[in-house]
Amino acid sequence: MKEIVVLSGKGGTGKTSLTAVFASLMSKAVLVDCDVDAANLHLLLNPLVEERHDFAGGAKARVDTTACDGCGLCIEGCRFEAIRLNGIAAVDPLHCEGCGICARICPVGAVSLESRVCGQWFLSRTRNGPMFHARLAPGQDNSGKLVSTLRQSARALANQIGAAWILVDGPPGAGCPVISSLTGADYVVMVTEPTLSGSSDLQRAVAVADHFRVPTGIIINKADINPEIAGRIEEYAAATGRDVLGRICYDPAFTRAQLSGSSVLQAASADLRLSLESAWRAVERAVQKERSPFAVIQ
Amino acid sequence: MIRIAVASGKGGTGKTTVATSLALLLARECSVHFLDCDVEAPNGALFLRPVIDVTGQVTRPVPVVDESVCDHCGDCSAFCRFHALATTARRVLVFPEICHGCGGCALVCPRGAVSETPRSIGQIAEGSAGAIRFTQGLLNAGETATVHLIRAVRRRESAVDVAIVDSAPGTSCPVVAAVEGADWVVLVTEPTPFGLNDLGLAVEMTRSLGLRTGVVINRDGLGDDRIDRFCASAGIPIIGRIADDRRVAEAYSRGDLPLFSLPSFRAEIEAIADYLAAEVLV
Repeated sequence: MKEIVVLSGKGGTGKTSLTAVFASLMSKAVLVDCDVDAANLHLLLNPLVEERHDFAGGAKARVDTTACDGCGLCIEGCRFEAIRLNGIAAVDPLHCEGCGICARICPVGAVSLESRVCGQWFLSRTRNGPMFHARLAPGQDNSGKLVSTLRQSARALANQIGAAWILVDGPPGAGCPVISSLTGADYVVMVTEPTLSGSSDLQRAVAVADHFRVPTGIIINKADINPEIAGRIEEYAAATGRDVLGRICYDPAFTRAQLSGSSVLQAASADLRLSLESAWRAVERAVQKERSPFAVIQ
Repeated sequence: MIRIAVASGKGGTGKTTVATSLALLLARECSVHFLDCDVEAPNGALFLRPVIDVTGQVTRPVPVVDESVCDHCGDCSAFCRFHALATTARRVLVFPEICHGCGGCALVCPRGAVSETPRSIGQIAEGSAGAIRFTQGLLNAGETATVHLIRAVRRRESAVDVAIVDSAPGTSCPVVAAVEGADWVVLVTEPTPFGLNDLGLAVEMTRSLGLRTGVVINRDGLGDDRIDRFCASAGIPIIGRIADDRRVAEAYSRGDLPLFSLPSFRAEIEAIADYLAAEVLV
């Protein structure tokens, strides 16, 4: 079983659309949408929710208003400016990181830590196999922990049903949820676009994957928007020893498929279909190739 | 002083295009500070091309255990809710990359064996792009302290007429850290199912924070009228529209803003600036 993660750095490059295409081209896959605070894969795959679970995020401080005497020691101890004094202590949940210093310091035991539900996650059935997805309540933290929950559950199910693949649609950026999405995976497919920002953010996301030693390959989406920058991305790939797995031209079929709720492959022209299928075959080959060092040793 | 945050929900909808264009336009009439708070993937500098005059590391304190004093009682690792310390029979292991820097381990150590040392999580670069004051944060690869770095960028905000904060996509804590305290949040979206879904989440987020919110529909004409219908029923003003135009996309790809070369685009940005001026800049 191989786990492939689709990332990009920059948002809006086509991660989710390509994930859905790959999902329809692969067999025996478990799908995961790890973009938990702005999930979209469900909009393409029409999942039928079979399991629903609450997600408890990290703890936050809570002040017992009857016990607090307003001494203010907790405010001095808090490094996150998460407590203010309005006569008695008041916690700002947006700033509280749940470290527990305030509870430890409080001389009258008025502060406790409480974990609360801050999202839900789902196991659903789709036409392309089981899918794990989630909804983090807007404005919440701990997206990394929710991502880990999804991936662990996907791995358990994939083992149980003998799946060949886990396919992960990742979040944009290069921070906490991206790290949680890629650590320990077999391969990262970076979907980029030939724009200065696309190329800059690609390199930042690649640096994170390199940091955690997960091999990466690159798909250049909307490749015809700027052939010159597309060429520079190819040079970057060659210079850093990464495969360019596909070049896909800008095509309104992606938006049309989204609007009509159909698959891109159905809406695609023969040319687009060919380039998408060839990208998926290149991903398959690249993932297999990652095994080759062991084959050489044998 | 007016603070405008530009956010989106969905990525790639045109936050940076709108934020940098507004900054350039407003800078002709008043003082502007552009703060790039998309610290995982900052792109404002590609368009504003600032001359950077100051850079500095942003650090967080992480524990250092003096093994000659430590008796491995385990109080520090038992206290740490982030599992950034683990006590074994012979030593205390520290995992600085997951440490939040709360100082709890040093506080609870009965032998005073834990001290703290600063660890870099990213850097801040500052300078000017013409008349625009410019600050950006850049998170180190593999680092998770996004929110901490965003707050450090925002503390650099100077006394100007207009501060423009460019946020990360999404709706979780890095976005909250960027938009918190803004006078107006401009949510840039596109008229597609993805755009609508994530706009709904973003509106939920700004409403829970009690922030005044307006929507800019980018790539107008690409999809359908679902954003208009949503905004009408949710009572959110549409403060601007940017037509779907391949010339804008091509200029964007090169890091150019068609503000001064494409009159239709300029008029669209002016309309957004006028709306904001009427609402908050008075």
